[in-house]
Amino acid sequence: MNHRDKPTTEFAQSISLARPGTSGLDRRDFLKILGGGLLICFTHTSSWAQESGRAFGGHELPKELGAWLHIAADGQVKVFTGKVEVGQNIRTSLAQLVAEELRVPFDAITMVMGDTDLTPWDMGTFGSRTTPTMGLQLRTMAAAARQMLLEVAAGRWHVAPASLTAADGKVTDPQNARSLAYGELSRGEKLVKTVSSEESLTAATEWKIAGTAVPKAEGRDFVTGKHKYPSDISLPEMMFGAVLRPDGFNATLASLDTGSAEKLPGVKVVRDGDFIGLVAPDAFIAQHALAAIQARWDVPAQPSNQGLFAYLKDTPESGRDDGPQHVSGSVAQAMPDADLKLEEQYTVAYIAHAPLEPRAAVAEWTDGKLTVWTGTQRPFGVRDELMQAFHLPSAQVRVIQPDMGSGYGGKHTGEAAIEAARLAKAAGKPVKVVWTRSEEFNWAYLRPAGLIEIKAGARRDGTLVAWEHHNYNSGPAAIGTPYNVANQLIQYHAAKSPLRQGSYRGLASTANHFARESHMDGMAYVVGMDPLEFRMKNLTDSRLQAVFQAAAAEFAWGRLKSTPERGFGIAGGVDKGGYVATCAEVEIDPASKRLRIHRVVQAWECGAIVNPDGLRNQLTGAIVQGIGGALFERILFANGRILNPHFAQYRVPRFSDTPQIEIVLVDRKDLPSAGAGETGLVGLAPAVGNAIFAASGLRFHNMPLAPQSSVPAEPDSTFRS
Amino acid sequence: MGDFVLNVNGAHVSVSASSEETLLSVLRNRLNLTGTKYGCGEGQCGACTVLLDGRATRSCLVSMASANKAKIVTIEGLEQDGKLSAVQQAFLDEGAFQCGYCTSGMILGVTSLLHERHNPTEEQIVEAMEGHICRCGTYPRIVEAVKRASRLLAQGASR
Repeated sequence: MNHRDKPTTEFAQSISLARPGTSGLDRRDFLKILGGGLLICFTHTSSWAQESGRAFGGHELPKELGAWLHIAADGQVKVFTGKVEVGQNIRTSLAQLVAEELRVPFDAITMVMGDTDLTPWDMGTFGSRTTPTMGLQLRTMAAAARQMLLEVAAGRWHVAPASLTAADGKVTDPQNARSLAYGELSRGEKLVKTVSSEESLTAATEWKIAGTAVPKAEGRDFVTGKHKYPSDISLPEMMFGAVLRPDGFNATLASLDTGSAEKLPGVKVVRDGDFIGLVAPDAFIAQHALAAIQARWDVPAQPSNQGLFAYLKDTPESGRDDGPQHVSGSVAQAMPDADLKLEEQYTVAYIAHAPLEPRAAVAEWTDGKLTVWTGTQRPFGVRDELMQAFHLPSAQVRVIQPDMGSGYGGKHTGEAAIEAARLAKAAGKPVKVVWTRSEEFNWAYLRPAGLIEIKAGARRDGTLVAWEHHNYNSGPAAIGTPYNVANQLIQYHAAKSPLRQGSYRGLASTANHFARESHMDGMAYVVGMDPLEFRMKNLTDSRLQAVFQAAAAEFAWGRLKSTPERGFGIAGGVDKGGYVATCAEVEIDPASKRLRIHRVVQAWECGAIVNPDGLRNQLTGAIVQGIGGALFERILFANGRILNPHFAQYRVPRFSDTPQIEIVLVDRKDLPSAGAGETGLVGLAPAVGNAIFAASGLRFHNMPLAPQSSVPAEPDSTFRS
Repeated sequence: MGDFVLNVNGAHVSVSASSEETLLSVLRNRLNLTGTKYGCGEGQCGACTVLLDGRATRSCLVSMASANKAKIVTIEGLEQDGKLSAVQQAFLDEGAFQCGYCTSGMILGVTSLLHERHNPTEEQIVEAMEGHICRCGTYPRIVEAVKRASRLLAQGASR
């Protein structure tokens, strides 16, 4: 696999898997925009400078310091970034990195994030790119600002800049025992400097603020209810909107009667082509009016869970088969000669992100300019959607993203923003739209379902010789094996999805790791080796080896023997710069066939750690979220309808599902920091599946592994959770 | 529509609403007490939890007609003279949140639990909090926050 193409592919996938037309750009457009692997360029300081001025999609990352940083006369520092805070604690860790390079206290920093009028253009917050790209960008700008302040002070004092030091928000002249605060130097004026050369950055071994467990920025506002999420925004004279949803996907409207709705006080129905919505003076009347609309829809027959995986395999998306992701040696020649072989099919279900805050937006039109507050991981992407929907230039649209009730990859698109803007335009007043839980389950997009077929061959001594991996529909992220196999054929096959699908925390990394690490476990059994020993035998990546060893040591892997009541499993992998190994202990009641995850040990390495407390929180959360997809989360659907669009039917992990979790952090201060929001999720499902196998001798190939109910004619698990 | 006088956070507040309207809708949309969150509208997630006469209650399932007579406490009412309640302080100290959207409901759920049981076991915490969803998966820290709050209260911190 060409490493320069990898992030581009992930990025294109994260966008293009959304329903065509919603993002306004298809995969080809994105590849065109991105050109020669811009994303990866930002991971290397040396190439950053030369790439930063290059246009993509008409957007240039500004090289002007003033676009990123402002130092007020009182010394308060404002930092501007198009990245957004969704609970991953990036507001805190980016501020730490800036405080470190600028040499100011953490509290001097205010991050201005995700506001398209105030912050430089940004693609969006996904793919674990914020720490490696924006972190580096802001460190570079902060280092440049520090140098500039040293030069300004040197000019005022008529001394050489090299004789001065910068620390704690001040430039000091030690020889003459004098100092000037940053605010006195900047006087609140814009920092005018073009940052075109590489700045010398502080090594992680020297970090004093970065690398420490700084508590969440503005944490107090989250325990007092003061923080305003997108759905909390309120404007004077604001009306409340609601949108009529069809009875199913791909439905056509057969008849419509809005008479009773329009009789309710202050209600205005807005019809614009297929769009039927209304505004009302309050949220209560809006929902009543919506219920009073009489509409009949024709919903065509459509696929269901039954037969889904055969459908995905048999229904390629035309023009999307890019050929194998990776070929080395010849699987066709090596496989027949392998001593021991294993061939299996794995599946993953559609699952919902179900962020606790559903999609929400408040839109306001002022003198032809549209301003929208909304929850999204891509404020600039939503601005593009609004520009397209209302034929506006970028200067006439502002999108503001208040720190939101999370997204997990599920809020790349701007549905509620467009709806609120459309209704606000018709109403002539600001309008708020908040999706209901049912709307969020039905009309957002899902993590793709997928079928993965793996065929592997090994010598009797446990050396892998051939590996063939086909992924239908779920995606190419982390599809390549980290193990040494001379002969490989690895391919992603795009399919026509019957349901709307898109990005999800980790993308297909979870599915590909589930299949690969289950298969590795199966191969270890076929070969007759301990699962950890088998992996280590076929591995030379020292970073992955290190996390496997760290997790195994903490778990006491070698001393644990599985019984029918208690199974121990291990799995691991690498993606997006994060290395993970996960050990799981599963309790099984052989009589009732109920299982529960009792203990999880996860070792993690992502280069130099920026905030160990935030990192532990992310990794714990990833494990807990991973339990849902591993054990019981599954969207049930038939004929264009989601059958379980409520929390009472769609089970998500709760307190009682949560195992004892131990996180082992491997801090590599000698390596660049990578993102940690996603890959912590991928080890859990295969580790649990492998633990079930170790206890019961039964291998389950389908996520969820212990669902609430079975799907007719599809393989089912023996176990329930 | 009718006129109601609600007892919210120790104050009497007049509000016009339909008697069928939920307390959640009134708090958020008419009184601008947006610390109480909408998560599902069906009593399944706990994001909208408030105290009604001291007991954790899903405000999305309470109509104005029944909220009318009760003493209501929302997340905005826990802080006293700029001092966080023991449970709020414990959540902050433990960093027991990620996106924080579930936090208001969690804090009120825990406040109610610790009112009934001063020193709950882990099992009792899990049982009491099972109706609250944290989609970010911060449950282990929330359990630690409950234990910390319990200790703070035993040391005489204010509820």
